[in-house]
Amino acid sequence: MPERARPVPFRGGGFAPVAKRGTGIAVFALLLALIEWGTRAGWISNLTLPVPSDVAATLAGMARSGALWTHLAPSLVRLAVGSLIGVSAGIAVGVMIGLFSYVRAGLVPLVAAIFPIPKIALLPLFVIWFGIDEASKYALIALGTFTPTVVATYGAVDNVDRSLVRMGQSFGLKWSSIVRKIVLPGALPGILSGLRVSLAIGIILLVAAEMLGAEHGIGAYILQAGSLYDLERLFAGVVILSVLGVLTSWVIGRAERRLLRWRG
Amino acid sequence: MDLTLQRIGHRYGGMPVLQDISLRIPAGEILCVIGPSGCGKSTLLRLIGGLERPDEGEVLQLGDAPEGCLNPLTYVFQDFALLPWRTVEGNISLVLEDHGIRGKAARAVIADVLARTKLSDFRAALPRQLSGGMKQRVAIARALAVNPAVMLLDEPLSALDAQTRELLMEDLVALWERQRFTGVYVTHNLTEAVRLGHRIAVLSRRPGRLREVIAVNRPIADRRAGDSDLDALQARLWDLMKQEALAADQELLDA
Repeated sequence: MPERARPVPFRGGGFAPVAKRGTGIAVFALLLALIEWGTRAGWISNLTLPVPSDVAATLAGMARSGALWTHLAPSLVRLAVGSLIGVSAGIAVGVMIGLFSYVRAGLVPLVAAIFPIPKIALLPLFVIWFGIDEASKYALIALGTFTPTVVATYGAVDNVDRSLVRMGQSFGLKWSSIVRKIVLPGALPGILSGLRVSLAIGIILLVAAEMLGAEHGIGAYILQAGSLYDLERLFAGVVILSVLGVLTSWVIGRAERRLLRWRG
Repeated sequence: MDLTLQRIGHRYGGMPVLQDISLRIPAGEILCVIGPSGCGKSTLLRLIGGLERPDEGEVLQLGDAPEGCLNPLTYVFQDFALLPWRTVEGNISLVLEDHGIRGKAARAVIADVLARTKLSDFRAALPRQLSGGMKQRVAIARALAVNPAVMLLDEPLSALDAQTRELLMEDLVALWERQRFTGVYVTHNLTEAVRLGHRIAVLSRRPGRLREVIAVNRPIADRRAGDSDLDALQARLWDLMKQEALAADQELLDA
């Protein structure tokens, strides 16, 4: 008995994110255009949000007068030095936790205890310990980036395929060779994705540190603008921070693509 | 170099997995170890190569490894265990670097083993670019590079499809013909056992004991798929194992 032929309905598809170029920028532009329109037309009051084009003008003015650089340069140095210390110590401790049972048993609870402390709350203490100068700012950023890096690193070391380690042992590789050639490269993907989180935390703490006893720096600039209720300048500072965040994330993305080419 | 197992016993968390296994593995011969799943065949292989310590008994090595042997007891793993971030060449040089073989000497060894495993065109490929069969060839090439006295093969063909398995079996036979290595070949595949084993050790279900050791007299180079005496042997092995396999299948894993 012939029956009506019809195509089998398609039920697959989806659940596989693909890169859509330009979507992010379009959303951004749309949002800015909306705010620009709202602030100009008046249905967003100028106490709520500044006019985006005014913020852009403020930024351009800063760049022209050189103020942008006087604030950005010390901030970048603080972020770089602080997170370099925090991240490298974090990776070292994380690898040790991953490799040695005693270090794990001793330090994991300690790290768990330090992790949830809002580092900003410790700032006055840091000023007493390290002085009001740069050292306390480095220390704050270093401590803030240290804990998430430790957690990401030892997680990554734990996730290294044990069969590869077993293989290394079965070929009589030296302990140091196994760590250098099998464990560390195997943990690299996890360490790099932990770095994204750590550096974002670093930027947050940078601003916090600069709100206390800093003459120059993005954080100081924002604090100043805030206390004068100068929304254009405040948002100009926020934009700089966002750009900084996007930039670090982009740099890590590049590093991932270069170092993890083997993942395809 | 011969290996002797003396009354090996092993347990995991109080549960015996191997009991009273005594075996002799003479040089130049391939011993296949078969048994139902969970009978401890892979554990036995890890004990033989020193990756685990037996709870009872010992594994003895008689005589010295031949000259030029870098790693006497060398494994080939079921999951290949290749470093995904190293090329084919890099994966082989990994096991040479610690022996101080670098540069020109390493390149010579690598070229030789890649030629023997028909991989010369793939020296710069990454593991993810290779098929399963090719990956296992790389692992075999890596094992050959250290000039092993004994090759310990842990279900080396189990992750491959039937056709690739047939091809690789032929390759293994050719490699053995060329250089008569000693082998311990753990498998659950009876066809592989009757094709590659000079002797076949049959283990019972858990706790694994030695049920029988069967010698296969036909030279391995002359064995083909569908040989009637091999088929008969395979049927006999299956008879030996069938009840055990059935019972093993119905056991709870951690009862």
